Amino acid sequence: MESVLKVQNLGMNFGGLRALDSVDLAVGRNEIVALIGPNGAGKTTFFNCVTGIYPPTEGDILIAVRGKGDLKRINGLKPNRVTEKGLARTFQNIRLFPHMTVLENVMIGRHCRMAAGILGAVLRGGSTVREEQSAVQESYAILEKMGLAPFVNDFAKNLPYGAQRRLEIARAMATEPFLLLLDEPAAGMNPYETKELDDLIQRVRHEEGIAILLIEHDMKLVMSLSDRICVVDYGRKIAQGTPDEIRNNPAVIKAYLGEEMDA
Amino acid sequence: MDYFLELFLGGLTRGSIYALIALGYTMVYGIIELINFAHGEIYMIGAFTALIVISVLTLMGMNTVAILVIAGVIAVIYSSAYGYTVEKIAYKPLRNAPRLSALISAIGMSLFLQNYVLLAQTSDFLPFPNLVPDFEFMEPYAHIIGSTEIVILLTTAVVMVLLTFLIKFTTIGKAMRAASQDKTMAMLVGINVNRVISVTFVVGSATAAIGGVLIASHVGMINFYIGFIAGIKAFVAAVLGGIGSIPGAVLGSFILGWTESFATGYVSSDYEDVFAFLFLVLILIFRPSGILGRTEKNKV
Amino acid sequence: MFAFDRIKKALLVSAWFMFLTFPILVIRINPVERIVEWRWINMLLIGVGSFFLSFVWHYFIRRKEMGARRAETGEESEAAPLAQRILKNKKIYRPALVVAGIFALCFPFIFSLYQTNIMISALIYVMLGLGLNIVVGLAGLLDLGYVAFYAVGAYAYALLNYHFGLTFWMVLPIGAGLGALFGILLGFPVLRLRGDYLAIVTLGFGEIIRIILENWNEFSFGPSGISNIPRPSLFGIDLSVHDATIYIYYVMIGLCLLTIFVVNRLQDSRIGRAWIALREDEIACQAMGIDKARTKLTAFALGATWAGMSGVVFAAKTTFVNPASFTIWESIIILCIVVLGGMGSIIGVIAGALVLILMPEYLRAFSEYRMLAFGVVLVVMMVFRPGGLIPNVRRIYTFKGATESGKGG
Ligand SMILES: Nc1ncnc2c1ncn2[C@@H]1O[C@H](COP(=O)(O)OP(=O)(O)O)[C@@H](O)[C@H]1O
Ligand SMILES: [Mg+2]
Repeated sequence: MESVLKVQNLGMNFGGLRALDSVDLAVGRNEIVALIGPNGAGKTTFFNCVTGIYPPTEGDILIAVRGKGDLKRINGLKPNRVTEKGLARTFQNIRLFPHMTVLENVMIGRHCRMAAGILGAVLRGGSTVREEQSAVQESYAILEKMGLAPFVNDFAKNLPYGAQRRLEIARAMATEPFLLLLDEPAAGMNPYETKELDDLIQRVRHEEGIAILLIEHDMKLVMSLSDRICVVDYGRKIAQGTPDEIRNNPAVIKAYLGEEMDA
Repeated sequence: MDYFLELFLGGLTRGSIYALIALGYTMVYGIIELINFAHGEIYMIGAFTALIVISVLTLMGMNTVAILVIAGVIAVIYSSAYGYTVEKIAYKPLRNAPRLSALISAIGMSLFLQNYVLLAQTSDFLPFPNLVPDFEFMEPYAHIIGSTEIVILLTTAVVMVLLTFLIKFTTIGKAMRAASQDKTMAMLVGINVNRVISVTFVVGSATAAIGGVLIASHVGMINFYIGFIAGIKAFVAAVLGGIGSIPGAVLGSFILGWTESFATGYVSSDYEDVFAFLFLVLILIFRPSGILGRTEKNKV
Repeated sequence: MFAFDRIKKALLVSAWFMFLTFPILVIRINPVERIVEWRWINMLLIGVGSFFLSFVWHYFIRRKEMGARRAETGEESEAAPLAQRILKNKKIYRPALVVAGIFALCFPFIFSLYQTNIMISALIYVMLGLGLNIVVGLAGLLDLGYVAFYAVGAYAYALLNYHFGLTFWMVLPIGAGLGALFGILLGFPVLRLRGDYLAIVTLGFGEIIRIILENWNEFSFGPSGISNIPRPSLFGIDLSVHDATIYIYYVMIGLCLLTIFVVNRLQDSRIGRAWIALREDEIACQAMGIDKARTKLTAFALGATWAGMSGVVFAAKTTFVNPASFTIWESIIILCIVVLGGMGSIIGVIAGALVLILMPEYLRAFSEYRMLAFGVVLVVMMVFRPGGLIPNVRRIYTFKGATESGKGG
């Protein structure tokens, strides 16, 4: 299958701590891949390396070039450049812009697809006005899709918890990614909200054609969503396969021993 | 050679004073990650309190060594009390606020304390009597180093040793180290973090007061403004050594002291204060974690 | 029972502060004449004052905590403050704007030259405040060396006029440009620094500029400064002092309007949103595709531009510049204006500047306590009202067919 993300031999050290140790992972076009593993396994660190927040100690990260078939190395790119190239993420500990409105939060996602500079902003010429209007409309459309329309003008910090998680996804979608990285999107959600999230992610994949890499502890959600699952423990990849294969993999069961695995 | 030695020892004395102030910055930063802008003012208040006590006691006709000791002790008590109160008023309510807020509050506190002393006392420079007697055995070296300098060096050394002991071996010292690693964790294992923070402010303020009394009798002049520049320089020293690290603060202070001493001695004294700032900019650009600091990545 | 507890606490607080302020407030020494003066009345004042302030403090802290708890449980976090409700009500705020406009235009004809001069100062601070507001209020970068750009503008006019005879109107854009240039020069090395280091480094930068101006005699004429700087002339006609002052007043009104216009457009633009996002969360901001370095630099440069321009006007107004006008305290006063008014809020900053600059001028008795009060303002605002007196209001958008909630801000 054609990949949109291909990570080879990724390693990351924090001082003496080896958080990631030669991890390989690929995500195909339109695929949903889950990255699971116990707490502290290095999943978030993996995201941080891929999105350019930490420079990896070793290894290669390749992503698809928009509109073309080939892959390009993105090691060492700044996070904003990675996002421009088509990767977008959410954070495990919600990182919204608390004192901006919900709409503005999403419009920040549009930033890298807009062009207005200082002069444009001050003079407010025709093209700036049009660009601004379409950004507002597109952002609102995303909010409607995410069921956040009633909150448009609220401060992000005043949103209920589940809505904040969805807003993070909406904000990431606004950057027009071809791959969405979600870090524990269902954390802290009740079963009903999790079900909604499940539908939402399915819809994102089918309607927008976006591939998804997902870190999640809720096994029910993982099993229902993913095409493939990749398991890490102590920074190493210990297994990979379809949900059924993973469910019965002895190494995985061992890694999770003591942790609940409710599926 | 004598000139070199003089500058070297001068730098050492300067460095000792910076170290006494820098410790407070580094300890506070280590625990609550705040540049305590008001720390320089605490040092100034220590010096002022000492001067007031000295003046009153001199009028009562007490002997000089006794005066020095009493003034020193009272200065330490008062500085600690001020440090404690400043934390309770200006920083504690902002424990969970954005860092920018706490920083602005600290600047406000600094401004307030300066003007408080200015209004309550005077804006003029006041002469500060040198109460350290001239030691006879120092006579042959008097052109290189004075008795006051010797006292400064010795006091600094003693304070350092005591502080190291406090942090390494006492319960509260261990709690301080734990809290500076991870406040939430420290709280979970039953450490009273508020108390640890208070103690940190008290200890930092006490060492600053000792520095204040020493430098005041060394320079022989004080006014309400001495804390500001000294405070900034001590902060530079703390950053240079690696903020949060106690040996780092001492090392950074000596390096800064020597740099200033040699630069003013051999180059020009007009730009004395510029060296410290240039130093700061260079370190922060090339090695933001300082000489002994640990490099740290923000956890995401 | 509760009240009794409070009183006991207040008494303790009062005793503590009497102890704390005892040496410095009660004893005044004069080592030269060897006199010691005892001012026991101060102790009494502190005792009584802190007793009552303790209640006030406790009340506001409790209110704040309750507000925080309400916000956590997702309830509406307090009705919009009065000032904001007035601003939202067009029926009140349009006429108020007209009245303020007429008042501002007639000011020099109603009041004396002296008053006009004070007003010019206040307007210069409005402009400085709005400029710093971009850097601190919107982008969240604590710049304590802002006054350096002000100095750059002032010295630009003084020196360019002295050496080359350039006029006010020629130097005004040059001052703005130089401000921006210095903003970028300072911006580059500090891009990577965290917030608190940034504050110290910018403070150092401001001091370096001042120390250079003080010591580099061949360039800046040292501490004595440069005098006889011409006031602006009107189409080449030299004006009398009286007319020139009125002229500068209108120039300042014009410049302030320009500043307001520009800042207002910026803050609801792509750039302005990027600044605010940067202030709110640097990492998320980058991860959303915003170039951190570039955004910071534009904030620094644009903020500095206004300072450069105000510096030119300052030099033209006082006809004299020296390094003493550009100390760190000047930066802190401007910071105080932004903090008191409301970070990010244009109307707030204007109000903050007018209050903080005009009040000490008109309450002469108070002026001695000015800096003391500024210190209190910074602490109290941060502790109790970090949004300022008139907090920033974000733009409300309406959509067809959408239920308007309009709670934002
Ligand atoms: N910025 C950092 N500095 C030091 N250690 C870190 C940092 N970020 C993560 N780690 C460590 O790396 C390991 C993996 O963490 P993380 O990727 O967050 O795990 P998880 O799989 O739960 O998301 C942990 O031991 C964590 O303490
Ligand atoms: Mg994680």
